[in-house]
Amino acid sequence: MAQPLVKKDDDHDDELEYSPFMGIEKGAVLQEARVFNDPQLDPRKCSQVITKLLYLLNQGESFTKVEATEVFFSVTKLFQSKDTGLRRMVYLIIKELSPSADEVIIVTSSLMKDMNSKIDMYRANAIRVLCRIIDGTLLTQIERYLKQAIVDKNPVVSSAALVSGLHMLKTNPEIVKRWSNEVQEAVQSRAALVQFHALALLHQIRQNDRLAVSKLVGTLTRGAVRSPLAQCLLIRYTSQIIRDMGNHSQSGERPFYDFLESCLRHKAEMVILEAARAITELDGVTSRELTPAITVLQLFLSSPKPVLRFAAVRTLNKVAMTHPMAVTNCNIDMESLISDQNRSIATLAITTLLKTGNESSVERLMKQITNFMSDIADEFKIVVVEAIRSLCLKFPLKYRSLMNFLSNILREEGGFEYKRAIVDSIVTIIRDIPDAKENGLLHLCEFIEDCEFTYLSTQILHFLGIEGPNTSDPSKYIRYIYNRVHLENATVRAAAVCTLAKFGFMVEALKPRITVLLKRCIYDSDDEVRDRATLFLSVLANDGLVDTDKDSKEFLFGSLEAPLVNLETSLKNYEPSEEAFDVDSVPKEVKSQPLADKKSKGKKPTGLGAPPPAPVSGFDAYERLLSSIPEFASFGKLFKSSPPVELTEAETEYSVNVVKHIFESHIVFQYNCTNTVPEQLLERVNVIVDASEAEEFSELSSKPLNSLPYDSPGQAFVAFEKPEGVSAVGKFSNTLTFIVKEVDQNTGEAEDDGVEDEYQLEDLEVVASDYMVNVGVSNFRNAWENMDPENELVDEYGLGPRESLAEAVKAVIETLGMQSCEGTETVASNARSHTCLLSGLYIGNVKVLVKAQFGMDSTKEIVMKLAVRADDPSVSDAIHAIVSCG
Amino acid sequence: ELPPKVKNILLLDSEGKRVAAKYYTDDWPTNTAKQAFERTVFTKTQKTNARTEVEVIALENNIIVYKFVQDLHFFVTGGEEENELILASVLEGLFDAVNLLLRGNVDKREALDNLDLIFLCFDEIIDGGIVLETDANVIAAKAGINSADPNAPLSEQTISQAFATAREHFARSLLK
Repeated sequence: MAQPLVKKDDDHDDELEYSPFMGIEKGAVLQEARVFNDPQLDPRKCSQVITKLLYLLNQGESFTKVEATEVFFSVTKLFQSKDTGLRRMVYLIIKELSPSADEVIIVTSSLMKDMNSKIDMYRANAIRVLCRIIDGTLLTQIERYLKQAIVDKNPVVSSAALVSGLHMLKTNPEIVKRWSNEVQEAVQSRAALVQFHALALLHQIRQNDRLAVSKLVGTLTRGAVRSPLAQCLLIRYTSQIIRDMGNHSQSGERPFYDFLESCLRHKAEMVILEAARAITELDGVTSRELTPAITVLQLFLSSPKPVLRFAAVRTLNKVAMTHPMAVTNCNIDMESLISDQNRSIATLAITTLLKTGNESSVERLMKQITNFMSDIADEFKIVVVEAIRSLCLKFPLKYRSLMNFLSNILREEGGFEYKRAIVDSIVTIIRDIPDAKENGLLHLCEFIEDCEFTYLSTQILHFLGIEGPNTSDPSKYIRYIYNRVHLENATVRAAAVCTLAKFGFMVEALKPRITVLLKRCIYDSDDEVRDRATLFLSVLANDGLVDTDKDSKEFLFGSLEAPLVNLETSLKNYEPSEEAFDVDSVPKEVKSQPLADKKSKGKKPTGLGAPPPAPVSGFDAYERLLSSIPEFASFGKLFKSSPPVELTEAETEYSVNVVKHIFESHIVFQYNCTNTVPEQLLERVNVIVDASEAEEFSELSSKPLNSLPYDSPGQAFVAFEKPEGVSAVGKFSNTLTFIVKEVDQNTGEAEDDGVEDEYQLEDLEVVASDYMVNVGVSNFRNAWENMDPENELVDEYGLGPRESLAEAVKAVIETLGMQSCEGTETVASNARSHTCLLSGLYIGNVKVLVKAQFGMDSTKEIVMKLAVRADDPSVSDAIHAIVSCG
Repeated sequence: ELPPKVKNILLLDSEGKRVAAKYYTDDWPTNTAKQAFERTVFTKTQKTNARTEVEVIALENNIIVYKFVQDLHFFVTGGEEENELILASVLEGLFDAVNLLLRGNVDKREALDNLDLIFLCFDEIIDGGIVLETDANVIAAKAGINSADPNAPLSEQTISQAFATAREHFARSLLK
């Protein structure tokens, strides 16, 4: 056991750190607690022991049930002492020990006595302790005293009772609700905090009675509420009422807005902030309503108090997402915050500016950020990088300066996460803005010239192998890739060899040169690099080892069908023998991951770094998955995969969602099934699809799922044929059929015999927008003018009365499934007309551009003029058909 | 729920070690989770200057306001939707009350020597996450059971005196 420290005098400079609790030990303190049982109590000594006990608990030490009970019983003896200081500590330790119901009995009488004491401090604390530890039956016994306490003339007592009421409302609502008269009286209290607590309790008691709440708020907003805290509460209740009322009164003033607005002139800053925030969060807030709130927030931006600046910039940042125009007035103040000492404030300011900036200010902003980037932490830099990525997608024309910025920061110092965020952003921009591709790839090439992260180098090399060969001049990348073979570690060298091979295979002109380069690699010091080089040389030479072009392609660009984990397990289990290891024997089912792992995956990484997630999603992954299934391999190139559509309610035994994969003349439904019953194993899981309401489709094949164990998702597939290039629509009804087997919970083994069963799923619809891929264009106007105006088809549609223009625009974008361009999906609040630019790729790879002009009259009736240009006039027709039928 | 909520109050030393802490929610269910949170909060704020004004940081979906004095770091945590000025008023109430109770000598040593007062102070500011009081004078009076406070009981001797002597003895007795 640790020896308590040497006795020390008051020498502050002593090296050994001073603490009165040094060497404190639970066992010893519990021994000391015996002083509580002394017939002659020493209050001071007892207080010290309680402090030690509290110290232990506070440091995370836990008492066993026996220890806690023992301490609790001896503590109850201390009620004999009249020492107020000690009593105060007794209250504290009882709350910390949280005694069990049968132990509580021991102290209730003492506490009830204190509840009626003449000493206010006793009354207040006894109430708080009692209410913390008693149950409903005891509560009825003391109810009378609590009601008195609520209206006690001493505010401390009153607050204690009210706050206790707030806590007990959760466990004994019916009792607490009986106190509303007293609580109502307390709302009128002159004591600020009592008013606050009373208001909170009264609202909670009446929260289900909208009329009563409305009346309460109505009365109070007219009168003078004294406490700023109570005023903040009142603002919260008011916004809730406004929210509940919805847009019932569309014309004229929003009720209670005046109250919120008047709170902007309150003397307490917390009230001003609360009101400003409430206004910015109003549903469909108008610019006129916003203006006064933005004005006070703008004043906060230049406050000497960091909390005020933070509060303001945080709120404005949110407003900027929906009403960027409203925030632009603050841009000058915001720009000065870029150099704020508090980096949270600086980062929020930057990201707000990135949201509110217009196309012309991008360059200037980037200059300022460049100075700012060097002195913030990586985590903040990542936020900025992400903001820049979205800015680039919003203003594709500015990709050059934004890409330059990204490539500059990529060259500077930074940790792995930061570098990965930059690389991911560049990759996303390359994917979404075709014009940026060549430039972006070169930046990535330059980065891997001097990249310390093997992971990023290999990922970039892989990406280069896929994108590089399709550029105008693939040869310029070869030098960068081949440099890796000279300068890097074996992992990167091996990746570089693969990339070289892909160029050699895809670009016929480069093949001889690549062959020469690969030949040099067969003298590499690492066997993996040598093996790969030899293999690819053979593939490129087409010397019979691999049969056809198609196989080589599959080999180079395809992916492993089985999850890596399964391959690893199989290889470990493989015992060297005459029989060679058979890759096909590796199970292809994805095993469910341990729970802990799932949790940590809350935030999915995107771009390059994304690991292949368990049930595959993402276009590339779908493409790989489908091409690996022989039945579907002949369908050609996958055109589009829809997001998963749920076919079951949440929390049913079997959870199923479906992904629609669209091919030129086929459609494949991928049913992702999860069995949520631990006692069951499902086998031969199939989906029976009735396509009688989808006439143009005919079922071709289905691929059942052999086994579906508990909590380990699997996929079944059904494929349909449809007329080529036609956007056939229809409704499909689905039934899940399977054989269910009982699983022994102890052994985990399933019984041999199973029972056939089926499970009705919800219907599934294939709609016109399923045939549209939302692909953006970097310059809409150029793209529009480059399309033949002859093929333009214009028509006008009435969209009926709507809440707002924004809602109509959103609905049209969703119906068409197209990509909005140049930020035109955002509608200025209060706008009466709006033009939305959309682009997409229709089945058959037909490029489609849409100009949709919206107008709204005084009755909120909305009309739309839809102009469609497509390379194929029949597609323009089809788009109009979507709108007119949708 | 609408009333403002405080998730925890932390008092850490200059190395990030816990002097006193009180948690009001289950966001950090174990002591390990609590310590990990305290470590993160400490390291993320360590280098900032929070000695004149209350500072603020957003961390793991929480808003944390903080202020330092000598080798003591005070923190108050609320949810990300919380009004940070309310949190700041709680922090200032705590900070000033501790200053009053420790008679201006606010450092780790004094805080540990008067840990009972610190605990009482926490208890008087927040009750189960709900703001109980933010006025430093009232908090200090209730925690210190100061005789100057009209609410304090009158007993055989002035309690504040009794407490003063108790404090002196306290430190030494714990050293034994």
